[in-house]
Amino acid sequence: MREGASIGWNLVRAWTVLVYIFMFLPVAVVVLLSFNASQFGSFPMTGFSFRWFVELAQNDAILRAFRTSVVLGLLTATISTTLGVLASLALVRYRVPGANMISTLLIAPILVPEVVLAVALLLFLNFLQINKSFTLLLLGHVIFTLPFVILVVQARLVSIKRDVEEAAMSLGASPRQTFFQVTLPLMLPAVLAGALFAFTISFDDITGTLFWKPGGVETVPTQIFAMLRNSISPEINALGTVMILMTVGLPLLGLALARKLSTKSGG
Amino acid sequence: MSVEAREARQPWILLSPALTAVALLLFVPLIFIVIYSFWLRTATGADEVGFFLDNWQEALSDAFYRDILLNTLKIAAITTFVCAVMGYPAAYFIARAKGNKVILLLLLMLPFWISYIIRTMSWINILGVSGALNSALIWLGLIDDPIQMLYNETTVILGLVHFLLPFMVLNVFVSLDGIDTNLEDAANSLGATRWQAFLQVTLPLSLPGLAAGGLLCFVLGAGTYITPLVLGGPSDAMFANLVFEAIITQLNWPLGSALSLMLLAVLGALVLIYNRYLGMAQLMKGLG
Repeated sequence: MREGASIGWNLVRAWTVLVYIFMFLPVAVVVLLSFNASQFGSFPMTGFSFRWFVELAQNDAILRAFRTSVVLGLLTATISTTLGVLASLALVRYRVPGANMISTLLIAPILVPEVVLAVALLLFLNFLQINKSFTLLLLGHVIFTLPFVILVVQARLVSIKRDVEEAAMSLGASPRQTFFQVTLPLMLPAVLAGALFAFTISFDDITGTLFWKPGGVETVPTQIFAMLRNSISPEINALGTVMILMTVGLPLLGLALARKLSTKSGG
Repeated sequence: MSVEAREARQPWILLSPALTAVALLLFVPLIFIVIYSFWLRTATGADEVGFFLDNWQEALSDAFYRDILLNTLKIAAITTFVCAVMGYPAAYFIARAKGNKVILLLLLMLPFWISYIIRTMSWINILGVSGALNSALIWLGLIDDPIQMLYNETTVILGLVHFLLPFMVLNVFVSLDGIDTNLEDAANSLGATRWQAFLQVTLPLSLPGLAAGGLLCFVLGAGTYITPLVLGGPSDAMFANLVFEAIITQLNWPLGSALSLMLLAVLGALVLIYNRYLGMAQLMKGLG
């Protein structure tokens, strides 16, 4: 029986390794091919080169898309985090009648398929004479990142003890002072995590963005999508590598930052 | 104003911006497209306001739409099944591994952070005519000319599995991690083999996580139009592609509204059934 158990466990282990390979292989190939010297961006590799990154840096369309994505992501993160943190504070800190119902309403934007959300928002705002524009894009990104911010922030907020705030108040701090000098610094990791989440989701989005973006405006994902129509060029792989570095690097950086902040305020 | 009244008002002040946003940017627009779906797009391109059943009649009775809806549900179901088969053992391994669980989990979550469009197109590098697999087969001398492996239903499912697998693993992991391992040991000490203990104790206890992961995979898979556009052929359109076509290409917005609502009704029904039996809490655990 002991033998049987370890055979079973080894099978599970082998299966897991295969799953990891499945998840990482295509991504690794993107990174590999982005350094390919061959002009077709495909196998066989003919040598190691940075030429596609250089071309990327000189491609105006991509740079423009990159700027659009960053601005959109930052604005989305700011608005969405502000709304999300306020709502999470209310849900965690107060006894609100119908809190469950409210939570469900607030996360509704992720329960509705994104295509449907995209259509509804596009048609309604168009009816209100708000055409496809950066504003529409921003509103769309805010509404579907908001639930993620609320989920992340709420989960972190629960762990902040009220005792610290009560101590500050009993020592004579006003509610305002308590919030800005005690609560907010304690919440900072949660706020940053929420903002980072919102930025990353906004930066990656294509499903809604293709509906909302005005003609001529591209974000990085829609730009890649447009470039795919021709054929897969090595530039796309280079751009993919940059995005992988960003989307993997940013959360890791955020995580490290959050850990540093929380140990500092905790200690 | 009394202190109590102010205390009672405060949470609503904090909640109002978010609730207003959700109301104005989700619920009112959804109600709006319900009304819009009864309008009519005329040949001139203007909308005729009124109560016409034409869009709904077309959306519900046309075999073209019905077949694509059924095909979409089929693709989503296969994707969900493959995600469960691939993801469950991996989640089990992570939950029961002796080493650093967090690292293993983070590693599997990494692709989750990598752009969806990049991950989708990355399969072209693998399966394309000049991709890794064809190059390897030619190099090995197994084939002389590259095979067209892309742009069919299988590659659409492959792309979806690659996109959705982390959702499945995370949800199953969360529920497996919450099971007391003593239960399995107790079953063993009562004479059950490890396999029996797994089948009769651990598996049933982890079903809520499996269901939560399954729901996410199904709903997200059935609502996609990017994967079929990138990895599918001309005949692999999914229902969301029809919505995209109607709204963006044909500019028939009333028909697009009706089609969107159909998709919402089908997938919403699933979410409601799930909520009725398992509740949203499990889903939130996996997301939070």
